[in-house]
Amino acid sequence: MAFSHFIDRRKNPKGKSLGNRQRFLKRARAQIKEAVNKSLRDRSLKEIEKGEKISIPSKSTAEPRFRLDPETGKREMVHPGNKEFGKGDKIKKPPKGGGKGKGKKASTDGDGEDDFQFTLTQDEFLDIFFEDLELPNLVKRSLKQVKSTAYKRAGITVSGSPTNMNLIRTMRNAHGRRLALHRPSTREMNVLKEHLFALERIAQPSDEEIASRKDIIAKLEAMERRRRWAPFIDPLDVRFNAYEPTPVETTAAVMFCLMDVSGSMGEREKDLAKRFYMLLYLFLRRRYERVEIVFVRHTHHAEEVDEETFFYSRQSGGTVVSTALDKMLEVQRDRFAAHEWNIYVAQASDGFTQSGDAKRCVEILNESIMPISQYYAYIEILDERELEVFSNEDSGAELWRAYRTFAPAWDNFAQTRIARPQDIFPVFRELFSKNKREAA
Amino acid sequence: MEAAVKKSNLIFTDADWDFDILQRTLEAIEEIALSDLKLDIYPNQIEIISSEQMLDAYSSHGMPLMYKHWSFGKHFARDQMMYQKGYSGLAYEIVINSNPCIAYLMEENTMAMQALVMAHASFGHNHFFKNNYLFRQWTDAEGILPYLDFAKKYIAKCEDEYGFEEVEAILDASHALMDQGVFRYSRPPRLSDADRMAKLAARAEHEELTFNDIWRTLPNTEEDEEEKEERQAEVRNIKLPEENILYFIEKASPVLRPWQRELVRIVRNVAQYFYPQKQTKVMNEGCATFVHHYIMTELYNRGAIGEGAILEFLHSHSSVVFQPDFDDPRYSGLNPYALGFAMMQDIKRICEEPKAEDREWFPEIAGSGDWREILKDAWENYRDESFILQYLSPKIMRDFHLFAIADNAKETHVEVSAIHDDLGYRRVRERLAAMYDIGMHEPNIQVVAAALEGDRKLTLQHRVHDGRKLNEDTKDVILTHIETLWGHEVKLEETDA
Repeated sequence: MAFSHFIDRRKNPKGKSLGNRQRFLKRARAQIKEAVNKSLRDRSLKEIEKGEKISIPSKSTAEPRFRLDPETGKREMVHPGNKEFGKGDKIKKPPKGGGKGKGKKASTDGDGEDDFQFTLTQDEFLDIFFEDLELPNLVKRSLKQVKSTAYKRAGITVSGSPTNMNLIRTMRNAHGRRLALHRPSTREMNVLKEHLFALERIAQPSDEEIASRKDIIAKLEAMERRRRWAPFIDPLDVRFNAYEPTPVETTAAVMFCLMDVSGSMGEREKDLAKRFYMLLYLFLRRRYERVEIVFVRHTHHAEEVDEETFFYSRQSGGTVVSTALDKMLEVQRDRFAAHEWNIYVAQASDGFTQSGDAKRCVEILNESIMPISQYYAYIEILDERELEVFSNEDSGAELWRAYRTFAPAWDNFAQTRIARPQDIFPVFRELFSKNKREAA
Repeated sequence: MEAAVKKSNLIFTDADWDFDILQRTLEAIEEIALSDLKLDIYPNQIEIISSEQMLDAYSSHGMPLMYKHWSFGKHFARDQMMYQKGYSGLAYEIVINSNPCIAYLMEENTMAMQALVMAHASFGHNHFFKNNYLFRQWTDAEGILPYLDFAKKYIAKCEDEYGFEEVEAILDASHALMDQGVFRYSRPPRLSDADRMAKLAARAEHEELTFNDIWRTLPNTEEDEEEKEERQAEVRNIKLPEENILYFIEKASPVLRPWQRELVRIVRNVAQYFYPQKQTKVMNEGCATFVHHYIMTELYNRGAIGEGAILEFLHSHSSVVFQPDFDDPRYSGLNPYALGFAMMQDIKRICEEPKAEDREWFPEIAGSGDWREILKDAWENYRDESFILQYLSPKIMRDFHLFAIADNAKETHVEVSAIHDDLGYRRVRERLAAMYDIGMHEPNIQVVAAALEGDRKLTLQHRVHDGRKLNEDTKDVILTHIETLWGHEVKLEETDA
């Protein structure tokens, strides 16, 4: 047909509007970030990876046009569906703001007051989460990567490269085939050959012996032919090991979140702590198939609680950090045997503990916790002024100083002071660079 | 035996489609469209796309090519969420006023839907685009795709050169003035005016040839004397008041650099391209709906499609032309498909089986029998406002139960000013036509003065009609945008016309 033709575009690249989306996200950056931060407070650690529906005030991305104000002047509109009205009937106007009909119409063509809702992908969500934390790009990438893969054995195939040949399988197949095809074995032939040599050594063979020699030679020739016909190894026998990419390390990890919940830990401190735990959780998710989280909160005594209670309920009392460590060990012995679980501990505190307790903490760490832990991260949450005062690494609250003394002995121990989200990452730096080394 | 013969005539029998079936169906549709309806169309280019690609196309005015801007991303984000959560379906088709006429079919559609969509878009809309006077005079079907291609590349280059923010500022400001960026009464210059494009290309080439790294640090963004002289001559030719604010700013702004003027011009050209569509929603959709309805029914009568297909078609068709009453929660104004289709079916009825009333109202067409010519003439020479004024019949007003309501902001009550009875027909028709007059519901804002020397103040005037003032919330934001483009103080007065 001259006039028309079809084009199949289904295979064309999708995501043509990706550039537009990026521009939009950039445009509404501040509002989106606010919405993400709000949702960080509301979501649990394990939900961090999901994308999310967020809503931002529509004003921030309004596209204004000149409009006539419906509250002014005169107009005459035509509508369908008259049932009982006659000319001259008066109808009371619906109250302002409420009401359907005209009010609704005004908001469909202008930007209404409502929030603008859309869905962030997991990637975008994490990007914004990471933004505050000032993670190095390499780390961001490795956190977002779904899984690193390794090649794992996946049975046997009939084709492959010679280096992957499975000798045992190949030989077994060959053996079976040789038996089935009655391939004369070398031993059988050797027996005959020796017999033949013995006969040949006889200087004056009798007729009988000559006959038997001929017989043997004929037999040997037949065997030789059969052996050529049924070779020792036939291409049919060859088997190769098959490999396929599979996620690495499918072991389990447990993450202990320890936090001081005494009165001195406020909303801001807990919020920072939450990001600290989230980051560790994200990291563990990449490396382990299964990650359990245990929340231990403490004042002067410690208890295991659920996430909700951990972050949101308050408790009064003194501060004895070592109780949390004891509790953690108790839970660990009870449910997370060290040889089955990779143990990670994240501790957040404002640095205060009963005097003399710091020493005990160090003891517990040194003797019981550090030997079984993969990594122990400690953050001390300060406010920004304090951070300046304590710019020197050696000065600080009792717990800090105590940890400083024993830290060098353990390279899986890290501590840092934070006042802002971007201070969090350094405490994990070791962890991530280790990860990098392993990956390399 | 007869049933078997009849069955073999069907061009398709089940919901699945492939390219052979599409081709056969298209041929059958084309036969009816060209030989029976005698439509006059651009060549068709029909593209099969996935739902994701449909979403992509959706968000940028339905165009296959568009420059990048955050607002398109915003629309995409919303449409995508609405679609994924199942709040709204996708349009069955998108059709582009270009030559060849590009129509998108979604791969998810059933075969009966594909037939409906092809009849609707590739013949109905296509005929309308090619023949309606507004499209013929005001848009350039040949030039639009090459132009958008140019625009997309040009803007991308500007982003590279001057940064996202710079480009975004100009585009945001220009977008805010899109409704005031069209010529309504005088014909705009051709889109692809060949010499301008040639000039731009030549300049780009010249830059490439004379490329020298040392010069890169020098500002190369100033216009040369010759161009400036040319532009200022154009400005002197503009007679104030000027209704096309974007055009005026593009030419006369004291601060815009040449590339910025080009951006304003791109937005203005896009606005102009879509302007006829705003004025012909009822007619355009009515034409396409009438055509698909006629063709599908005719295919069924000829035995080319079966009971199943025609029932599926009728189901989709009736939801497309569904008109909720004013007091229905689903109501959001008159449905252009419903009104346009009803009016065109009615014209056919008046031509073929007129009643006394029709002979009185439409003496020139009643009983003439030649509805094809009458409709084609209407599609060619009218826009929504004039079409309704000319052809809305008392029967349609009764069928729709149309009534007019006068609303004075100062009063606590609205008044029913006319209904669908002998006394009210003319008034209802007149008011309905006025609702489709863009001049009536979009503010009339013009450039009335611009000091090209001295304080360089730009004065705009809103001619207030029936006491309807501008919405204050958006007014100030837009004034800030205009000041970005003009670079100096901008004043907006509201005066009673």
